[in-house]
Amino acid sequence: MSAAPKPRVKIPKKAKAGEVVVLKTLISHEMESGQRKDKDGKPIPRKIINKFSCEFNGQPVFSCDIDPAISANPYFEFSAKVNESGTFKLTWVDDDGSVYTDEQKIEVA
Amino acid sequence: MALNRRHVLALAAGAAVVPALQMLPGRAMAAPEEASKLISDFAGGKEVQSGKITLTAPEIAENGNTVPISVEVESAMEGDDMVAQVLILADGNPSPDVATFNFTALSGSAAATTRMRLAKTQNVIAVAKMADGSVYMDKKEVKVTIGGCGG
Amino acid sequence: MSRRSIAALSALCAGVAALTVSVSFADPVDEALEIDGVEMITRAPAPEGHPFDEVLSGWLFREAETRATQADSFENPGMLSVERGADVWETVDGTMGKSCASCHDDAAETMKGVGARFPKWDADSGKPINVELQIDKCRVENMGAEAYKFDDPDQVALTAYIKHQSLGTPVKLDLSEGEMQSWWEKGKQSYYTRTGQLNLACASCHEASMGKYIRADHLSQGQANGFPTYRFNTAGMVSLHNRFRGCVRDTRAEMPKAFSDELMALEVYVTWRGTGLSVETPAVRQ
Repeated sequence: MSAAPKPRVKIPKKAKAGEVVVLKTLISHEMESGQRKDKDGKPIPRKIINKFSCEFNGQPVFSCDIDPAISANPYFEFSAKVNESGTFKLTWVDDDGSVYTDEQKIEVA
Repeated sequence: MALNRRHVLALAAGAAVVPALQMLPGRAMAAPEEASKLISDFAGGKEVQSGKITLTAPEIAENGNTVPISVEVESAMEGDDMVAQVLILADGNPSPDVATFNFTALSGSAAATTRMRLAKTQNVIAVAKMADGSVYMDKKEVKVTIGGCGG
Repeated sequence: MSRRSIAALSALCAGVAALTVSVSFADPVDEALEIDGVEMITRAPAPEGHPFDEVLSGWLFREAETRATQADSFENPGMLSVERGADVWETVDGTMGKSCASCHDDAAETMKGVGARFPKWDADSGKPINVELQIDKCRVENMGAEAYKFDDPDQVALTAYIKHQSLGTPVKLDLSEGEMQSWWEKGKQSYYTRTGQLNLACASCHEASMGKYIRADHLSQGQANGFPTYRFNTAGMVSLHNRFRGCVRDTRAEMPKAFSDELMALEVYVTWRGTGLSVETPAVRQ
């Protein structure tokens, strides 16, 4: 898909204090590996999302250093332990320096 | 793509060549040795043990472009019992590096799922490094098949 | 053709012949597909005059991981395209300052069931019209916008978005409209005509060899109910005409143009062959 990469995030809206919630994330991105060649036989340059990270209220929760072997439209599922209400911030970094983010609040009782 | 003899032999032999990971000319496919070296570098001199970490991957990948994998490490994820990182490798890809998961106390559990590319049938390897430096590994062979046709 | 490529081609033909002869057959799975609480019809009694007794969704022929990816509407990467389609729906385009939403409001209401009834008869052109061409017609006539180039990502996204509003609805064409019946006949003829250097018809794989393996692909009935489809093969969305052209290319024949009379007739016939199956757009396939 050649529009701007679009994140898609699934995080529960509510949780109990101390609960471990599951986060699912997707972003549209071709993840050009650098291994393919074009019709004229020239290598197509690598262009991938090379880092994904998740923070909660400014604190790191989980991150992934990504290599070209991760599939197009990278999918990550992981967990977070929430002790208080707040905001998850998801960040994806492209080889070309672009940064894509998404945020979602969670209410913790 | 233009049909050439290399393609036909690859097809006839049943080997799968995933376009995204097709080799550049003159570059050898990664040997398991390259993966082994990355594992020992990651382990930093510690013994690589089995146990604690479970890698889940399909036995047969319907398409090498998108192979779901999961890792889970037995750990309370608090105090001394913490997972720092999990390294994922594929020992038959052009480059064995796949991803490194970085966990924290806020992770809640040392578990993650993603989708990866496999150029051919090979082992997917997951290596966990605990906060105390100890290292655990799991490995699964994934058969990558070549499709029929179309599109 | 050079001697080398003839040799290569013969090897491929022999290979294909060998692989289709060394038969392994597997039943499609016996499983239910539920997406967001909506039960999908993946098996249905075939309509009158159909070569099969039962029509089966391609979903039943895929591996467990592939099936699971479609069953979860969050994990389904095709939904990224549907979301993009939702954005396009709201975007003003063309000289008349309109978006799809300007006339069609909330797609969830106005497009419900619509995708299950295309292709339809279009009196203006005197031909069947599919969702892609209907979008182009609206754009040109009602928005003062340009028709999309075939397989423009926005065309695919918008088609996926519209068809997705019919998720679960059984496919049902009205062949009594206009000359739909004669286009159905033409499509049927194409379906059974062998083409290309490999001399294969749609029916060779999707009827005569349904359930068998071609290399490691489990051959389905070749249904259209899940298109546009997210394919792992290309790690992207694939439109129906793109798929038709790809299959024809792989018989080593010249590909008909997208939206040509030949492919429109084929779309009518192939869609009919899936009568009763739920629209699954965006389906997930290998």
